[in-house]
Amino acid sequence: MTELRSPQVLADYRHSIQTAADPQQRRIRVCDGTGCRALGSRKVLARLRETLQQAGLADQVEVMPTGCPGFCELGPLITIDPEQVAYNRVSVDDVPAIVAETIVQGEIIDRLVFVDPVTGQTIIHDNELPFYTKQMRRVLELNGRIDPTRIEDYIAHRGYAALSKVLYEMTPEQVIQEVKQSGLRGRGGAGFSTGMKWHFCRQYPGDVKYIICNADEGDPGAFMDRSILEGNPHSVVEGMIVGAYAMGATQGYVYIRNEYPLAVQNLKVALQQAREKGLLGSNILGSGFDFDIEIRVGSGAFVCGEETALMASIEGKIGEPRPRPPYPAQSGLWGKPTNINNVKTWSNIPLIMRNGADWFASVGTEESKGTMIFSLVGNIRNTGLVEVPMGISLRELIYDVGGGIPGGKEFKAAQIGGPSGGCIPKEHLDVSVDYESLTALGAIVGSGGLVVTDEDTCMVDLARYFLKFTQEESCGKCVPCRIGTRAMLQTLERICAGQGRKGDIETLIELGQEVKRSSLCALGGTVPNPVLTTIRYFRDEYEAHIYDKKCPAKVCKGLITYEIVAQLCTGCMVCARNCPVGAIAGEKGQPHVINPDVCSRCGVCQSLCKFDAIVVH
Amino acid sequence: MDFEPSELEETIERNGTGDSLISVLEEVQAQYRYLPREAMILVSERMGVPLSQVYSVATFYNAFSLVPRGRHTIHVCTGTACHVRGAVQVLSRLESRLGIRAGETTRDRQFTLETVNCLGCCALGPVVVLDDEYEGQMTPKKVDALLKRAMHRSGGEQ
Repeated sequence: MTELRSPQVLADYRHSIQTAADPQQRRIRVCDGTGCRALGSRKVLARLRETLQQAGLADQVEVMPTGCPGFCELGPLITIDPEQVAYNRVSVDDVPAIVAETIVQGEIIDRLVFVDPVTGQTIIHDNELPFYTKQMRRVLELNGRIDPTRIEDYIAHRGYAALSKVLYEMTPEQVIQEVKQSGLRGRGGAGFSTGMKWHFCRQYPGDVKYIICNADEGDPGAFMDRSILEGNPHSVVEGMIVGAYAMGATQGYVYIRNEYPLAVQNLKVALQQAREKGLLGSNILGSGFDFDIEIRVGSGAFVCGEETALMASIEGKIGEPRPRPPYPAQSGLWGKPTNINNVKTWSNIPLIMRNGADWFASVGTEESKGTMIFSLVGNIRNTGLVEVPMGISLRELIYDVGGGIPGGKEFKAAQIGGPSGGCIPKEHLDVSVDYESLTALGAIVGSGGLVVTDEDTCMVDLARYFLKFTQEESCGKCVPCRIGTRAMLQTLERICAGQGRKGDIETLIELGQEVKRSSLCALGGTVPNPVLTTIRYFRDEYEAHIYDKKCPAKVCKGLITYEIVAQLCTGCMVCARNCPVGAIAGEKGQPHVINPDVCSRCGVCQSLCKFDAIVVH
Repeated sequence: MDFEPSELEETIERNGTGDSLISVLEEVQAQYRYLPREAMILVSERMGVPLSQVYSVATFYNAFSLVPRGRHTIHVCTGTACHVRGAVQVLSRLESRLGIRAGETTRDRQFTLETVNCLGCCALGPVVVLDDEYEGQMTPKKVDALLKRAMHRSGGEQ
């Protein structure tokens, strides 16, 4: 084991890894992120190793599990080096052909390469896929290119060079100055200047200081923090050590959701390797600076993403927020000065330190610098993780990077920033995606979750969905959030059930504004946003529910009926057998009928009908 | 699995002070699939944390259960992406097939059905997780196949 006890030893070690690596090495990179694993990438990985072994090629061809490169839609993804041939939707059954044809004979297998759904063009190489070429991958650069469980891979790609520079060439004040100058703002949602936050934490006196990485990524539809921790955990670790040096902290915590087992595992491995290399723990890189990191796994409470609740949870208490001030920088974990930043913020730090503040600030808008990672989900063609410059238009993000809406459907709205965010309708598609512009429209950049909805999404139902989520997750400590969100939810549920009344919209607006104004923490302060923005942009849908008793998108159960089209029904009885409430009757071979008084509108019949005989009114 | 005090003593020893209450409870939950009453009392005594606080933590966080759970846990993701792609129908199907509502356990203690707010595999939605196996692009039809497989496996274990 090489202990890296000086910048020179680190540089030599990096050089030795780089020179030992063969640029022409035949290598198969297999995405081993949660998304591709769910699609069977582990089986592909095992079969590849087995097949190469049998073919006597195991010594020549390296099989490398990597983190998530982001193109989840097409998983399982594999890339064959050195040509960077990209295959998608690979199954175990494709493995023999991949080895026999591509590895042995160098031939491309047409059925596994990407075909552009718009142009019909075939794209063979990873670096030519439009999904990637339209992005600006900085934080995500190494995701999919390195094995996250090998510190050597990270070091070979200039990993820990920023740390070395900071510890030996910069004072803590200079580090903070550089972060301030870069214009980096907190990537967890609030968008506060990271440099200022660090400055405050350094300033407050304290015998012990803590820093925390907030990886309690609870927003439904956001998974970039998980992907970074899974695919490039050392970038977060390095960022935290730099921050600890700048602020004078000796202990760090990563607070991570228990729903992310692979991220926890890869981070554990990374911390252990960093300690073994002398990059974490005591006397880091021989500089005399001591700092260590512990993992705390959350236990499933959305509110713990709020910084004061998160700290309470680390202290072993229930995750209830408390009023600020005092801010964590003054009195945080166990009453000591504490700094909390999001995963993405931390992983930007090594890049800024290595390349300089000006490099970082060279992209973005006047007030929002650098890149931002979004998870594109919902009714969008290229579901996945993308990194784009701040200030890109929402239209470019959804259509150029995201590939637009599938199935010939029309874009309706984008919900940005999760349950705390707001929706942005078609008429604002050209908005610049940055902190100020989105806030002006009632949404937020937030954690970067971007849910695209098409004409089949009911905006009232979507607002109800988000509020149901946040209402359940409200910790109950303060009255406006506990009672206010419940009253709002009950009103929305009534509207969706077809029992909306005149004045409901006005009540929702009034309650929403009051909950925002008077809640204790950011959860209550933002949860009315989905309701307020859907009313702002889709008031006609609310009115259709309340006054016409119609759900225009045909989603709300109280306002729709299922019906069997007699001409299309073959009387196969599948629907009748599977109806959970026994609402369907009919003889075999004869058209069936649904009893609307019994039907629970679960939609199982429609999803099972092979003849498209079941319609919704 | 019966509650074994000596194992818990060891867990507490390893985790140390009251700050680790959540970590200790997580280990107990992982081992017994719920928090036995005796375990909570022992945690309170040994860690010097009032039982009321142990109880408040145990009931605040979603990951803890005070009642025994099934041999298999089925999580239905109801995150936004899964929601707009039909997670509701998948959940309804599971509820009707198992005869329980989300959050409950079947009488034979084979299955516990839970919902989870986003697992972050949004491209695969709707997602269902059986124990630790992720199943993507779920439909009511695929639910039946999943349950059949789970019951088969369950039979093999007994």
